[in-house]
Amino acid sequence: MARYDRAITVFSPDGHLFQVEYALEAVRKGNAAVGVRGTDTIVLGVEKKSTVKLQDSRSVRKIVSLDNHIALACAGLKADARVLINRARIECQSHRLTVEDPVTVEYITRYIAGLQQKYTQSGGVRPFGLSTLIVGFDPYTGVPSLYQTDPSGTFSAWKANATGRNSNSMREFLEKNYKETSGQETIKLAIRALLEVVESGGKNIEVAVMTREKGLKQLDEAEIDAMVAEIEAKKAAAEAAKKGPPKET
Amino acid sequence: MKLDTSGLESTSPFFGSGDELCPELSAAPSFSLPLSTDFDEFQKDTKATLKHAKGTTTLAFIFKEGVMVAADSRASMGGYISSQSVKKIIEINPYMLGTMAGGAADCQFWHRNLGIKCRLHELANKRRISVTGASKLLANILYSYRGMGLSVGTMIAGWDETGPGLYYVDSEGGRLKGTRFSVGSGSPYAYGVLDSGYKFDMSIEEAAELARRAIYHATFRDAASGGVASVYYVGPNGWKKLSGDDVGELHYHYYPVTPSTVEQEMAEVAGA
Repeated sequence: MARYDRAITVFSPDGHLFQVEYALEAVRKGNAAVGVRGTDTIVLGVEKKSTVKLQDSRSVRKIVSLDNHIALACAGLKADARVLINRARIECQSHRLTVEDPVTVEYITRYIAGLQQKYTQSGGVRPFGLSTLIVGFDPYTGVPSLYQTDPSGTFSAWKANATGRNSNSMREFLEKNYKETSGQETIKLAIRALLEVVESGGKNIEVAVMTREKGLKQLDEAEIDAMVAEIEAKKAAAEAAKKGPPKET
Repeated sequence: MKLDTSGLESTSPFFGSGDELCPELSAAPSFSLPLSTDFDEFQKDTKATLKHAKGTTTLAFIFKEGVMVAADSRASMGGYISSQSVKKIIEINPYMLGTMAGGAADCQFWHRNLGIKCRLHELANKRRISVTGASKLLANILYSYRGMGLSVGTMIAGWDETGPGLYYVDSEGGRLKGTRFSVGSGSPYAYGVLDSGYKFDMSIEEAAELARRAIYHATFRDAASGGVASVYYVGPNGWKKLSGDDVGELHYHYYPVTPSTVEQEMAEVAGA
């Protein structure tokens, strides 16, 4: 393979790597994605652009599994995502082959982040234009984890996080409303965060739930609609309660 | 010969070295041939000379309290005993042991290399590597050098999160999980004693005595085994050397000489 000797990602005089920052811009223009970690459930939610009529929506799954116990959602360039996901899937199997054990969430996150970093320090290539949210359960201890990586190759663990379009508003919402949840409550928290920035309705949201026993389960439109309805009803009740009491004086 | 430095890279040796962006299969390790008219004959001679260290008896077994590992300490070249004090139980790390059978240098080097890999795994993943993982790393390396003359017949014994672990790994690339193994020219004799005396429910002392006796009997009958019978125990807190007894002394310990009455005495013949 021909080797390129000129790097594209180089430092600016004031210490910035502009290519990496531009990649982060690309992420900011991508679909909103949110991840919430509960005590026994982890939820990933992604904004779905309104379906183009003739497109088969099943072929554009935005939340994918890397292994039986690990799932990934991302925001940014989808073609870059495909490449990164394939490499991660190979690494998951390769790890199983060389040490006869499944990967931990931290290991595969470190691998993906390492890959993203490599592309910011090599000749002839540009950084990957996506941030990922990686969730899973530790195969030994069963502890749930949520990690995020970005185009610069940094990664860290989160209780809840959002990336992509309007991620700041979603993160603010999560900071205000996060508490330790489990089961349905975790799913509702993730959907509520997404609803802050996305048009409500099962058509515009894709949600996947991961549990230790059952692995990754994609929620279908009907289930999402039902939850959204519950959330809206609760919201309406809360607003009504606020307006109610003052009348009784 | 290109030595294995993949301990410094990721855990997927088959998928390209560190600085390649696209994973391709690395070129297989290779070395240049020595100058000789008949290389096959040269190879045969080399293999015959190397046979000196296969004369050995090593054994390991899992029991209720953990893993017991034992070995002799003789190195022989044909009929010549080159050493009576070879360390055949190699300490990979504080909770894992490897036994040596086959080429001494091969065993020593690759066990140290395995120790490096295990430590790097610990540092990267913040948890100890399992015995399964460690034995698999070694087996994969040995497989990649298959056919190039490595001679290694080793057992990896250790204690990890899942309890005691014992694997047999050899230079053909084979890897077996098991509860009782013996490797070397003295192994048939050791198996005889080990298999007939083995019980899962043994105390540490009983198991150590069984291991010691099995090594002793192998050294008694096999010319290529002898020296000192070392016995190690691997438990939840790591390994511990239990004993190292000279097999000559063990012989008189098991079969003491009883003074008996003489039936006929030799008398001096009187005369010229």
